[in-house]
Amino acid sequence: MNPILSVARKEFKDGLRNRWIVAISVIFSLLAIGLAFFGSAASGTLGFVSLDSTMTSLASLGVFIIPLIALMLCYDAFVGEKEAGTLLLLLTYPLSKTQLLLGKFIGHGAIMATANIVGFGSAALVVSLFGENAETSVVVLQFARFIAYATLLSWVFISFAFIVSVSVEEKSKAAGLSLVVWFLLVLVFDLAILALLVGAQDMIAPQTLPYLMWLNPTDLFRLINLMATETQAYSGVLNVAANANFSTPLLVGIMFCWILVPLFIANTIFNRKGV
Amino acid sequence: MSKTIVKLAQLHKSFGSVNALNGIDLELKEGEVLGLFGHNGAGKSTLMKLILGLFAPTQGSLQVLGHDPMAPDAAKARQQIGYLPENVSFYDQLTGKEVLTYFARLKQINETRVTTLLDEVGLKEAMNRKVKTYSKGMRQRLGLAQAMLGSPKLLLLDEPTVGLDPIATHEFYQSVDKLKQQGCAVILCSHVLPGVERHISKLMIVSKGKTLAAGTISELRQQANLPITVKTSGVSDAQFEQLGLADYIVRKDNNSADLSIEHNMQRTILDKVAPLASLTHFEMTHASLENLYLHYLTKTNSLPTLEEVS
Repeated sequence: MNPILSVARKEFKDGLRNRWIVAISVIFSLLAIGLAFFGSAASGTLGFVSLDSTMTSLASLGVFIIPLIALMLCYDAFVGEKEAGTLLLLLTYPLSKTQLLLGKFIGHGAIMATANIVGFGSAALVVSLFGENAETSVVVLQFARFIAYATLLSWVFISFAFIVSVSVEEKSKAAGLSLVVWFLLVLVFDLAILALLVGAQDMIAPQTLPYLMWLNPTDLFRLINLMATETQAYSGVLNVAANANFSTPLLVGIMFCWILVPLFIANTIFNRKGV
Repeated sequence: MSKTIVKLAQLHKSFGSVNALNGIDLELKEGEVLGLFGHNGAGKSTLMKLILGLFAPTQGSLQVLGHDPMAPDAAKARQQIGYLPENVSFYDQLTGKEVLTYFARLKQINETRVTTLLDEVGLKEAMNRKVKTYSKGMRQRLGLAQAMLGSPKLLLLDEPTVGLDPIATHEFYQSVDKLKQQGCAVILCSHVLPGVERHISKLMIVSKGKTLAAGTISELRQQANLPITVKTSGVSDAQFEQLGLADYIVRKDNNSADLSIEHNMQRTILDKVAPLASLTHFEMTHASLENLYLHYLTKTNSLPTLEEVS
């Protein structure tokens, strides 16, 4: 078997063995079902309201939780094996560092994809069975799209986790740095953009504003999901992109860049580092 | 004519301003077992890592199984190299069999070999248990099985017998002897000196990145010219006096005496003492590996000073 696939297979089996896949699937499923049937509790009603509002709240909560889970899953991918001494051993095998990195990416990527499909897929099933006025074909289509975008977002953060994992020497440092990455991209970035909008309004040409969304994969994720729903309820920082006519394939393409470029950077660092 | 497996010439390696290796020469042929000795930080691990192709030398040339270990075509050579690192902890959540299967796949070796190998290292009964339940010795044996995957042509073992009980150590050396007969070259790094000398064909003592001594044990014994200990029983002081050997006595009991003699006196001692009718015990002991090791390290004053160690 190709060494890349051997590594990928082992990583995926590890994900099954240590219950990561089950745990993440359950979290995703509960999150989606909860939002679908109890999301409207704040406005005084219980039960399924509409698919669009479900998808909107799922996207805005998913943007916090999906990156966090991907980072937690992968921050120790390399530094963990380095601490255990197995990395040194693996590198004496007929296996290049790039092959090892790709194998780990495929394995972890498959773990996240499976959890997304099982977790949100089961939620889709529940919604189409018990949701009033929820037409099965629409539910399936909407959830299938969401699963695809959520998987892309997971892969972006696996790449980020790999950069962290190959750069540091201790597992605890990798965990801390991963949290910093999450904090910066998920929380701080939007605040910074808003501050920029308010404080330096005159210095930025209005037509360049929407492109600021390209700089953050989590905003891209929210934007793609928003474009998939009918409501188009732009909120917060996403307003800057409301008038831009980005096509979905273009945004998906940029998401792929956010997967590949960090992965390339991780590979470069990994290959340069001594053992 | 046996093939050369490892050839190093004037190998230098420095990390920043630290010189880990300062011109090492070595040639290892198939079927040879090299004992590599030196104190911590002497450069043993660096030497092994260079041979494994984990990094490139700063200067000098090295050929491993006919390849430069850093060259892109070295993957084929790596298939034939087995390595047991010091202090490796395998994937705890996996069973012994799963761990070995993973490594076998990476080496493109038929997975049916895994069970046979586990049986050979005595882990057959425990192979379906998780590695985290293994004792230190069992983990070490799993590591050995891993190193022996795919009948290697070159085996690098870093402290292989640490944590093994005497029986397991004996069995381990038997496996090494077997591989040696099949033409495998072995480099053995060890701090546990007793018992090793029967299994190695050459030794090399390194300190501060330099070779202090290299050769077969008997060559080094001759070169070092260390005294030989002769243990006798039943020979009286008067008899030793008579034979002119009283000056060589280093220890005495009621009935027994130990002598320390020069290398070239073996024949004389044998001729003079052996015929004595009262002699009940006679034993000549050559300098042990420890004695040789200490001799070379202290001769060159290269034992690390306290400052260097800390």
